[in-house]
Amino acid sequence: MTVTDVTRESVSSALEQGQGHLVVSHLNPPPSYDLDDHPVPTGREEIWRFTPLKRLRGILDGEASDAHLTWETTLPAGVTLREVGADEAVALGELAPNDRPSALAAANAGGAMLLDVPADAVVAEPVVLHLHGESVDDLVWGRLIIRVGTHADVTVVLNHTGSARYSAITTVVVGDGARANVLTLQDWDDDAVHLGRDAIRVGRDASVKHTSISFGGDVVRMHANVEYAGPGGEAELLGLYFADEGQHLEHRLFADHNAPKTKSHVLYKGALQGQGAHTVWIGNVLIRKVAEGIETYEENRNLVLTDGCQADSVPNLEIETGEIEGAGHASATARFDDEQLFYLRSRGVSEKEAQRLVVHGFFNDLIRKVGIPSIEDRLLETVETELAKNVLKELA
Amino acid sequence: MSTLEIKDLQVSVDTEDGPKQILKGVTLTIKDGETHAIMGPNGSGKSTLAYSIAGHPKYTVTGGTVTLDGEDVLAMSVDERARAGLFLAMQYPVEVPGVSVSNFLRTAKTALDGEAPKLRTWVKDVNAALKNLDLDPTFGTRSVNEGFSGGEKKRHEIAQLELLNPKVAILDETDSGLDIDALKVVSEGVNRFRAQEGKGVLLITHYTRILRYIQPDHVHVFVAGRVAESGGPALAEELEANGYERFLTATV
Repeated sequence: MTVTDVTRESVSSALEQGQGHLVVSHLNPPPSYDLDDHPVPTGREEIWRFTPLKRLRGILDGEASDAHLTWETTLPAGVTLREVGADEAVALGELAPNDRPSALAAANAGGAMLLDVPADAVVAEPVVLHLHGESVDDLVWGRLIIRVGTHADVTVVLNHTGSARYSAITTVVVGDGARANVLTLQDWDDDAVHLGRDAIRVGRDASVKHTSISFGGDVVRMHANVEYAGPGGEAELLGLYFADEGQHLEHRLFADHNAPKTKSHVLYKGALQGQGAHTVWIGNVLIRKVAEGIETYEENRNLVLTDGCQADSVPNLEIETGEIEGAGHASATARFDDEQLFYLRSRGVSEKEAQRLVVHGFFNDLIRKVGIPSIEDRLLETVETELAKNVLKELA
Repeated sequence: MSTLEIKDLQVSVDTEDGPKQILKGVTLTIKDGETHAIMGPNGSGKSTLAYSIAGHPKYTVTGGTVTLDGEDVLAMSVDERARAGLFLAMQYPVEVPGVSVSNFLRTAKTALDGEAPKLRTWVKDVNAALKNLDLDPTFGTRSVNEGFSGGEKKRHEIAQLELLNPKVAILDETDSGLDIDALKVVSEGVNRFRAQEGKGVLLITHYTRILRYIQPDHVHVFVAGRVAESGGPALAEELEANGYERFLTATV
């Protein structure tokens, strides 16, 4: 197991290397709607080097397409969902695309869906959007804006099922003092390709939780970006993924501390099983000069259950001020801990059952932070189902 | 009835300089209902004896036999040994994040009995066991050993001993790091266990302090990977007065 921790000491040493003039993160290309700013990648670019471009099934070519996912939802009183034009999307504060698939989605989606939660609305039940695709032959461009009004409190779940070649740009604009809990669940069929960019603008003193869960799909590559509209905003970015044989699941995080006294806390946990299972986690944090008194911590843990898997995990920290409360990261990729298994087995629990308990515990630790009870139960069940494929096979 | 019989047990561990022999022929029989104390200085191989009997993968048995009621313990996997009736209370219990104590206890009980315990009596039993060890009822919702104090870890081990109720309990330095109140609570738990018919206890300790609360039938002095001398409780009193000096010089 390798564990890296960055403490304030290394923060100040990074500063001494003279990075103080940086304005734009070198790890994150500047956002832009202009497709010329996002050329077709070769695979050697920093932001593309882990992604199997050939398996994206031509999404990057950017063909126009009328295909859609079917949307199903029940909206609570006060919450609306409607289509808006591209100009209105920008005017609403959409966060511009930061890679080619999201730029293509903005260009090709022909308008955006707006989920609107008015100011001061406290919505008790989660707003669940079921997005279903019929076939991987369908190329679908998606564009969604979730607007959470000032002091509103809402939970939104995006549940992706079926199959498609789907590229989507999603923006969550969270008003001052609001609370938003957004969860995106990638529960696709085996052949789906999903490139998603979620970006969140956290209002002053607002608090946001964003959870990305990836189980299904052939290739899933999700961005979760966060920036701040003012001081005092807090963001908790969670993720859970379970890669099976041949699956590529990639999660890219970017916390852009562009305002003082803001917080970001990132925790992603993944498990891998089967030949060719590949996961990628990139955790980028930028602490800008203005961002004094901020606090950030990012953590990624991977559990490798069988031979033949690969987990890439890269935490990055770019720092332009040392006047902060704290900054750190940890990344660990490991197989089962022999001591944990020995302890459980010494109480009579079989090896397979002990492994099941350890994985269950590994994810349970994260699942209980999600804060959406109906989803939490379902996630625990899905983890058990995934485990049944390998770890528990011999128990049946 | 339960008899744990250890004969000429030899055990080595892998080190950077190749295998190193730790146990050099240990012979010991714990008969029905007996409590044996193994006392020895640090590095004498006491913990190796405990972990070898439990089947920790780090240790390689190079010779000798261990049987429980005639069954070959060394041929069993770690969990088979537990199901055969062995229990090891560890000196350093392991954290299992995200797995609650109550889930862990129920899973273990189910594995040992071959069926899930009856819910109503089980909840009552768990609460009673926790209470007996002076553990808060909310303890069951905490992750196994995660964030436990040293004393909580040891009391949790003994709560498991009482709930899982094995034939033979091996207690590896259960007394180390406990204040006097916790030591009493833990000792009472062990005494309740061994008050039952036919239970064997192998109590491994560095100090004589715990023997004031758990009276052994036999005391063995363990030095350099073997039993240097065996006797009754009086041997512990001698160690209390004179320490291990006499045994250490004898082996040089």
